[in-house]
This record gives sequence, C-alpha cells and structure tokens, in this order.
Amino acid sequence: MISLDVGWGTTLAIKTVVVLGIVPLTALILGYVFLLKMMSHMQSRLGPMDPGGFHGWYQLIGDGIKFLQKEDITPAEADRRVFALAPAIVVLSTFLVFVVIPAGPRVAVASLDSKSAFDGVGVFYALAVSSLSVIGVLMAGWASSNKYALLGALRAAAQLIAYELPLVLAVVGVVIQTGTMSLQGIVSFQQNGSLFGWSGLGFPLILTQFVGFALFMVAAQAELTQPPFDMPVAESELVAGYMVEYTGFRFLFFFIGEFGTAFAFAALAATMFLGGWSVPWVHGTAADFLGPVVLFAKVMFVAFLMFWARFTYPRFREDQLQAIAWKWLIPIALANILATGVLKVAF
Amino acid sequence: MTTTDLPPPGELPEIAVDPAAFRHLADAQVNVELDTGDMVLNIGPQHPATHGTLRLVVRLDGERVVSADPIIGYMHRGYEKLTEFRTYPQITTLINRIDWLSSFANEVPFIDAAEHLMAIEAPPRAQYLRTILTELSRIATFVLFLGEMGLQVGAITPAFYGFRDREYVLNLIEAVTGGRFHPNFNRIGGIKDDLPWGWISECRGVMNKVLASCDEFDDLVVGNPIFQKRTRSIGIIPQELGAAYGVSGSNLRASGVDWDLRRDGPKYLVYDELDWQVWTHPDGDSFARYWVRLQETRESARMVLQMLDQMPSGPLMAKVPRIIKVPAGEVFVNTENPLGEMGYYVISKGATGPFRTKIRSASFSNVSILPWLLRGVYVPDIVTILASLYFILGDIDR
Repeated sequence: MISLDVGWGTTLAIKTVVVLGIVPLTALILGYVFLLKMMSHMQSRLGPMDPGGFHGWYQLIGDGIKFLQKEDITPAEADRRVFALAPAIVVLSTFLVFVVIPAGPRVAVASLDSKSAFDGVGVFYALAVSSLSVIGVLMAGWASSNKYALLGALRAAAQLIAYELPLVLAVVGVVIQTGTMSLQGIVSFQQNGSLFGWSGLGFPLILTQFVGFALFMVAAQAELTQPPFDMPVAESELVAGYMVEYTGFRFLFFFIGEFGTAFAFAALAATMFLGGWSVPWVHGTAADFLGPVVLFAKVMFVAFLMFWARFTYPRFREDQLQAIAWKWLIPIALANILATGVLKVAF
Repeated sequence: MTTTDLPPPGELPEIAVDPAAFRHLADAQVNVELDTGDMVLNIGPQHPATHGTLRLVVRLDGERVVSADPIIGYMHRGYEKLTEFRTYPQITTLINRIDWLSSFANEVPFIDAAEHLMAIEAPPRAQYLRTILTELSRIATFVLFLGEMGLQVGAITPAFYGFRDREYVLNLIEAVTGGRFHPNFNRIGGIKDDLPWGWISECRGVMNKVLASCDEFDDLVVGNPIFQKRTRSIGIIPQELGAAYGVSGSNLRASGVDWDLRRDGPKYLVYDELDWQVWTHPDGDSFARYWVRLQETRESARMVLQMLDQMPSGPLMAKVPRIIKVPAGEVFVNTENPLGEMGYYVISKGATGPFRTKIRSASFSNVSILPWLLRGVYVPDIVTILASLYFILGDIDR
C-alpha cells in the first residue's frame, strides 16, 4: 500500500488480507448493483426491490443468510476430495488475477517495486492464472458423478480453451503498441500519452485498439460463461451444468468466483484499454488515493456493458459458439495484430 | 405390453422410423469407427425444460441425439373416468384443470357439447363474453410462451416480460370470474355473471399494453440474430407428417397449413362476426412456431378490442331447467384452443352426468411427434423444440 516502513512479513500479511477481502467484496458489489438492481429494473421485476424498505437493500443479505442455512450435501457417488476442492480452485484463480491489477502508482499487490517478478509480465500472468478456473470446473463436473454436470464441465472446458485464444490475441495489440507487458507500464503509457498534442485525457488505448477491446469483451464474456455464452451452465437444459450438485456455501463459492472474475476481467479491460487508474494531471501520492476510485468507476462502466449483454441475449449453441471463436474472433484478432504491427513500424 | 415384455434395463426398444429421419446422422457415422459408446440421459420428469412431468429418455452420441422416447403419464388424473361420476355443471371444474394455462378455453367445447345435446343456445351477450374470455385466455397463454421460449434459449429477460403481461390479463379474468387460473364461469345456457363496472375501459388499456409488448417481443426476441440462429431450421415439421401425427393449432399453421377451427370448423362463439385473419408461416421450424404465436397474440388482442366495441346488451342465460338432465345422444365438439384442437366426445344416456366422455387434447398429439423430431438434433435443440411445441402436461396426461 502507501510505502510504510514495515517488515516484509507485515506487508505480505496486509496484501493477503486485501486480496482475500477484495474478491468477495467486489463479487457482492457486482451482484448487488447489477444482478439485483439493474436486472430488476430492466426486467420490471418487483421482488428484489422490496425487502428492507429502501430499494430492497436487504435482499443481498437475505440471500447470503439463505446460503449459510443450506445443508452441505455431497452426493454419495461423488469423489469427495475432488468435489470439495473444485470450488476452492475456481475462487483461487480469481484471487490470483487480483494480485497484479494496479489501482494507483504504488497501489498494487504484486508490483510494489520494480524488482518484483510479476512487474514485467503482468498481462501474461493475469491471463494465465485466469484460465486456471477451468481445472476447477472440470473437477467439479467429473467429481459430481452426474451426467448433466459432466456435460456442463466438458462444454466449459471446450469453451474456455477456445476463447482463451482470442482473449490473449486481443491483448497482443496493446502489448505491441505500448511495448510492455507490465500493467503499470501500460497504464503509464496511457497516462503520459497525448492525443494530437493535447494531453488532457492522456491516450486511452481504446482509441487505437477498439477492435482489440471488442474482442476482449466478447472473449471475456465467454470466459465468464455468461450469456450469450453460458452453454456450460445452461439452466434450461443442463439445469446448472457443473454446479448442479453443489449446495449452500460451496455453491456460494462458485457464485463469488463468477462475479469476482467478472470484476477482474472488467478491471483488466479498464486497465488495458481505458487508462486504468490514471488521471492525466494527477501524479504522485494524490494518484494513490484517487486511483482506486477512478479504476472502480471505469470497472463499473465495463461491467455494466458485460451485464447489459448478459440480460439481453439468448445463448448460442455449442457448435455455433465454437464457430464464432475459430471462424471470426481469432482471424479478426490476428488481422488486428498484423495491422498494429505494421502501423507500429510505420510510425 | 406386460412387464415381462419390457426390454432388459439399460436397453431401449428400437423404434421403426422413416429413414429420412436419419438425415442429420450422416456425419455422426464417423464415430462408428472410433467406437464411442452412447450415453443414455434421462431428462425429467423433473426438469426445467419439460414444463411439468414429461420424461424423455434420450440416447446421446456426444451432444447428438440418437433416439428420444417421451414417457408420459406422471400426471394422469383420470378425468375421463371422473366425468362419469359428476353432473354436467360439476365437470367444468374438472376440465378447467386439463390445460391450466388457458382454463376458460377448455370449458367452451364441453359446455357447447352439452348445449348441442339439449338443443339450447346461449344469448348473444353471453356468446360475446365467452369469446372475450376465450381470447383473453389465449393471450394469457401465448404471452407466457413468448417469454418462456426466450428463457429456454437462454435469454432471461423476455420471461419476466411474459409473466408481467400474463399478470395483466389474469387480473382482467379475475375481475370478471373471481378465479385467476380456474374461472369455472361457463354455464350450460349462458354465463354466470356480467362484466364488473369499468371493466371494458380497463380491458382496452390492457389490450393496448399487450399490443405494445408484442412489438417489444418482436424487437427483443424475433429480431435477435442469436435467437434466429438457435431456432431457424430447427425441428422442422413437414406438412403431411404433422397432419398425420395429428399436430394441430399454431404448430400446424407454422408448417404452412391454413387451418383454424375458429374459421373452418362448425360455427361456435362469435368468430364469424369479427374481422380477423389466420396466420401461417411456410417454414415449419421452431422460429415459425414462435412467429405464428406472436402474430396470433396480436390478432387476439385486436379481436378483443373489436368485441368490446360491438358487444350487444341483453340477457346472459337462456331458459335452462334447475336440474340439468341432458337428453340421450352422442356429440363431438372440437374447438381451436390456444394449444391446438381440443375436442370432447360426449355420450349421454339421459342422466344428470355423461355416460362416457372422450377428451381429445391438443398437447397429446403435438408431443407424439417428438421421437421423430428429436432424432439427430443437438442437446440444446431438444430444449428449443420442446419449448416451441408448447405443451402443457395436464393437457397430455389429463
């Protein structure tokens, strides 16, 4: 955090607490703002607007209490250890992404100093650990010993692998243009850049990498298994896919993982394409305090786009989903990389 | 089939089908060389896609359906037999519960059959009220379908719009009949009560809301490219095959058959006094079924608006004896219900109740085409096809 003269052990403890706290917190914020409030407004639903008086503020607490009360069931046929471990792995992958996202010049868990191992490879690391969750999903589907869960897990695996490629390729354009894989480096490139000599807004990379941004959003939506790419959890055919046998707190883990990852991807998109924490005319310690607020606002905007699509579209079929990834997204991403490379050399 | 005739567990009986049904399977043959085993998946009786307790035993090769057997009867309540022990006015309570989404429409053909046998006719105002309530229950059924179909292909939002509109219409029905789901309002010789004060203007407002939200469904669902991708050329029912299986109603009209009992059947209610049209679609796929129902919802709302304008005044009941005894005879009355053709074959021996009643319900025949329709499709398409056929389990099992 703000540079304190404390030992590395204390710093590590603070970081751990922050990261452990931030995942459930962000998941709850997204769940509350978008899933309960925005969705209810869009769908003219009355239920979530009622409990607790003002705007249904009590609904989320009520949902939480409900999850705590549920019986923790492990199916008799299940592989018990794998079954118990799977939700933890899904949430773990979310935790690991948050480690590298910077919220200010010095407000970042893993790049406190330039000697940090993650500093130079933030983008690479974030995309790599975010796909760890597929292991948890496969474990959940296999260990549940349920045909619906297995179908869901296999769909999830096929989908996450297919959309990992456009996700990574969409970011390559950004990396080429900025010449760095460090998230802090990408942010400072945007902060210090200028638009036709005017530096009032810095240079948000969405101006040149709008194709990359669109690809990233689509692929992130698929990575999150949200509609229109929610084939793995398709509730009308597979009931709940790989989550079908999970109850109570373990189900809540998947829920937190889903929304925490949504926040993490929105934060990555905001960092790489919208300038992250940066405000062009604010530097130094002031940016440390203002940065998290700015980042949060941008993340909420990106998340709004994600959830808007989620509440509007029906889902693709599995084969259509694969066709979109391989026939459209990946070729477009490759063309984008080519164009970025050519322009980078030309200018 | 006795229990000894049943195949051993784990093996499904082979169904003889038209070889054309295997057209989708041509490329699935590749898997024969790799010797991938089939998986038997049991969908239902409790499953979100089956609207109740339909059970589908599906044999899957990967995500492709090799064969599908619908198993029905989990909701059998013996209504045909029960009618033999009830009086005519009591039976409307039972048949309300056959197709519970459009209960009032069920009452019409049965009451009509009894009136035919007794040779009485309800006065014009009662006929108008019956027609209005039938069309309202058609709207209540179809708006739910319009939302539900969106939900089944993965869009959550239309479902809530569907339920919202259904709520408006159910409130109207409740205001007239006192019952939201099971009005039990039709009487032999007329109808129980007149409209409440202020209902007509209320109804006009709701019909305009329904028309507006039909436009909304047009934008949100029909115009959606993903929805079209999921439903176009999925689950095509050819005209002749559909007719041979006894598929009826909107499902058959979506295959291009221009046949609607409200227009083509023997005269019932007041449809011949209204200006309306029958919608058909040439494609016969899931999308066509959605599109036809959307147009029919609009058409019904326009019909209700027309009837509100031209409703005659007058008595609500014809002269009917206090204790209803139906003269001996046989009659078959079929009407165009929201789910398809609904018919009652009533045999009377002159008692207070029928001697025997045969109920021809639409969903039973509509679902019978499923084994043919589901061969070779993907698992997600099962849900699309089930949703687009739009059956009610109470209407299948009775």
